[in-house]
Amino acid sequence: MNRLVVVGNGMAGVACVEQILKHAPKFDVTVFGDETHVNYNRILLSSVLAGEKSADDIVLNSLEWYEQNNIELRLGVRITRVEPIDKTVTADDGSVTSFDKLLLATGSNPLLPPIEGSEKDGVHVFRNLDDTRALLARAGQRIKAVVIGGGLLGLEAARGLQVQGCEVTVVHLMDTLMERQLDFTGGGYLKSKMECLGVRVLLDRSTSAILGNGKVEGVAFKDGTAIDADIVVIAAGIRPNVELARNAGLQVNRGIVVNDFMETSHPDIFAVGECVEHNGLCYGLVAPLLEQGKILAATITGNKGPRYEGTVTAAKLKIMGVDVFSAGDFSEKSPGTDAVRYEDAALGVYKKLTLRDGKLTGAILVGDTTDSHRYMDWLRTQEDLAPYRKQLLFPGPSEDAGSDIAEMPDTKVVCGCIGVTKGAIIEAIHKKGVNTLAQLKECTRASTGCGSCTEHCQQLLKAVVPEFREESQNILCKCLPYGEEKLRDLVRGQRIFSVQEVLDIYGNGLGCEICKPALSYMMDVVWCGDHDEDRSARFINDRVHANIQKDGTFSVVPRMRGGVTSAKELRRIADVAEKYNVPMVKVTGSQRIDLLGVKKSDLPKIWADLGMASGQAYTKGVRMVKTCVGTDFCRFGVQDSTKAGIELERRLEHLFTPAKVKMGAVGCPRNCAEATVKDIGLIGQEGTWQVVVGGAAGKKVRKADLLITVESTEEALQASTLFFQYYRENANFLERTYDFIERVGIEKVRRETVYAPLAVQQGLRERLRKSKRLARDAWLEGDEPRHPTQFVQIEPIEKVYR
Amino acid sequence: MNYDNSETKKWVRITEAENIPLREGRVVQMAGHDIAIFNLGNRFVAVENKCPHRGGPLADGIVSGRSVVCPLHAWKIDLESGQVTNRLEENPCVKTFAITVRDGVVMLEVPVPEEHHVALQPPCISQNAARLPAMSAGD
Repeated sequence: MNRLVVVGNGMAGVACVEQILKHAPKFDVTVFGDETHVNYNRILLSSVLAGEKSADDIVLNSLEWYEQNNIELRLGVRITRVEPIDKTVTADDGSVTSFDKLLLATGSNPLLPPIEGSEKDGVHVFRNLDDTRALLARAGQRIKAVVIGGGLLGLEAARGLQVQGCEVTVVHLMDTLMERQLDFTGGGYLKSKMECLGVRVLLDRSTSAILGNGKVEGVAFKDGTAIDADIVVIAAGIRPNVELARNAGLQVNRGIVVNDFMETSHPDIFAVGECVEHNGLCYGLVAPLLEQGKILAATITGNKGPRYEGTVTAAKLKIMGVDVFSAGDFSEKSPGTDAVRYEDAALGVYKKLTLRDGKLTGAILVGDTTDSHRYMDWLRTQEDLAPYRKQLLFPGPSEDAGSDIAEMPDTKVVCGCIGVTKGAIIEAIHKKGVNTLAQLKECTRASTGCGSCTEHCQQLLKAVVPEFREESQNILCKCLPYGEEKLRDLVRGQRIFSVQEVLDIYGNGLGCEICKPALSYMMDVVWCGDHDEDRSARFINDRVHANIQKDGTFSVVPRMRGGVTSAKELRRIADVAEKYNVPMVKVTGSQRIDLLGVKKSDLPKIWADLGMASGQAYTKGVRMVKTCVGTDFCRFGVQDSTKAGIELERRLEHLFTPAKVKMGAVGCPRNCAEATVKDIGLIGQEGTWQVVVGGAAGKKVRKADLLITVESTEEALQASTLFFQYYRENANFLERTYDFIERVGIEKVRRETVYAPLAVQQGLRERLRKSKRLARDAWLEGDEPRHPTQFVQIEPIEKVYR
Repeated sequence: MNYDNSETKKWVRITEAENIPLREGRVVQMAGHDIAIFNLGNRFVAVENKCPHRGGPLADGIVSGRSVVCPLHAWKIDLESGQVTNRLEENPCVKTFAITVRDGVVMLEVPVPEEHHVALQPPCISQNAARLPAMSAGD
């Protein structure tokens, strides 16, 4: 078999090898990579820097993949020379490998402008996983970071560093950010978004020198000004890595010149990705290199025919809460160009489309990128837009959620990064037996790029795969043939205020132990507590506000906010335990005290004697906030976790939730109160709080995902309550936060809570406020029971003695 | 009725009907039995307040049509026949009692003890816990 040597183990090279493997096996493949990692998703490095993903999360091809496909992988080995006549490559370890065909996928290098002092310790680039790790090692509280370059990469690096605690300044040579993708107005919107996040932006500054005595201390500009810096990141652009090709005598301009078949000037050498130049253009994005890979795979395997005709590129900024999309040519200068614009300064939304001869030539979206797929399609298909002219920026509401997908033609691209069409996905489903998202990713690679098409992929799976699991999970129980989301809509739309009414109208009129508690919760959350509560539809625990035990007795857990109590409270608890002969008094795992083995009829008396609020340990509701000692006594604490935890508990207590909600607040990263495995956790750091959600340490163990990093305690509480209400409104009954987040995806949760438009956040807050206003401490019912016989046995009128 | 017909029985006035809320159960101690009385809306039913599985208090269960679901491990009991309906391989049942409402007062027919009488306990074979959708295990 012929030997194919691939120089470069990045996305372009490996994607091309994947395509080559799809043709019959023709080659022994050897891949050289100068990095020491398997192929990973370079686009997501900014997510790694921002702590949203780990290095493992972004792996695209595992070591097993290379093994399974008999690919010889040489990691950490750099090719230093190509001999086109002998057909060999020489590596920096001295080895010489001969090839029959050679594939150059050397990518690009960071462009380093000639700035004096750029060799100093503390000057970084941001291009690969090692760069990312180096930055993470340096980043931290009160570290001043200066990012030189206000393009995509520079801005993503800036936000990542800022999330890690740095004080970040972006310095840009031009008078507007991302000038290659955005017009002046769009750049202005982007600048204010970045500034809102706390990133300082300096425009029109040309850096003249990096200051410092061996180590970075500051950055000086040509206008004579200077700023302090502890680290400098140079993100001034990229340059195709063409040294090998040039030294081998191949034709090279800016990039390695290839024709429509991806052939270089040497018949057995091919090139793909960021290192190539096609029709005078070099690309630095993912979509083109995948398209090129497909063409090249055909050419190199003897199926020469398909031609590469260039790619309509789109750029998307991957910063949570800063939605920016740009595609095509947005300039309005060429004659015959029309521009269509929409702006809302208060919402931070700016959209502009450019059209020529009734066809879309460019699109800019800032603040709302939901329609980016539509515009991308119009750019690709060059459809005549006359019929849509009045709705270019405002699509009419779709009839139902699935219809978009149903009407979409098979040729339409669903995953823009990888270039997977609807037809390809459907084929994978039918021919390869794909029926989960994971299998779809594995098989087609769809949604493994930026991930923004995940929802579309799921909708397609849902529409085409009858047994797609999301659908079957959706039906509440056999009493009601609807999913919970649909039922919430019905309840809201038809203004239904009681469980029995839902069962009578939409179900079998009877209900069962599964749907009744679920519907009870649904009433509570849809109407914010302003509904007709039907106690008979609730589990016994919620009728008597205590947790039933195996012998029919109950347990009583008073609220002890943040796990902080007093001598007086403890004395009352002790008195109650003695007075009512409580068989067991136990400290729970949630920093409070459980009185076990209590008779139902004693509950109201015990509550009165305790004089404490219900801890809701018996219900799907707000359990507690576990805290560490924080700053009051602990010598390590950097945030007042006790106070924050008590306040969080106060704000949310007495509310019901889809499943129990346990929270935690810790005053330093030592995490003594285990906040990283709570449904909501606040992790105090020097100067900031990390708000994490979806942790678990029960039947399942799961580390919580980062929701947001904020500076003040109030912001942390606000972020927590936003997530809390979002979970209340959108999770299925009995679905814990960790399952909810895995189902919905943390990106979507972030987008719809802490990074949602202000109006959406206000809606969540307002509904939470209403619920809270109507929520009561359940134990107050001890004095006025809902029903006279709520806690007591029936005293018979007549008696029979034996 | 599955108790011994040879027993002497007597109708006893128990309580005003409104003391048993709609679709809920309440317990009365009568003639050596803990009896769960349920208000099904159009009628009342009564069974021994003891699940054949692990003795759970049926009066605290959620009513589903003419059945109740035990709050401990979700065994489902038909309140008319006393049969467990969601355990296919077994056929345990609970004792049922005749019940009626006269002049707004719930009345039960209960056995009057003659000598030393112990309530018949149905066999308890399975130790399998059922799916428990709404149970709180602890704090």
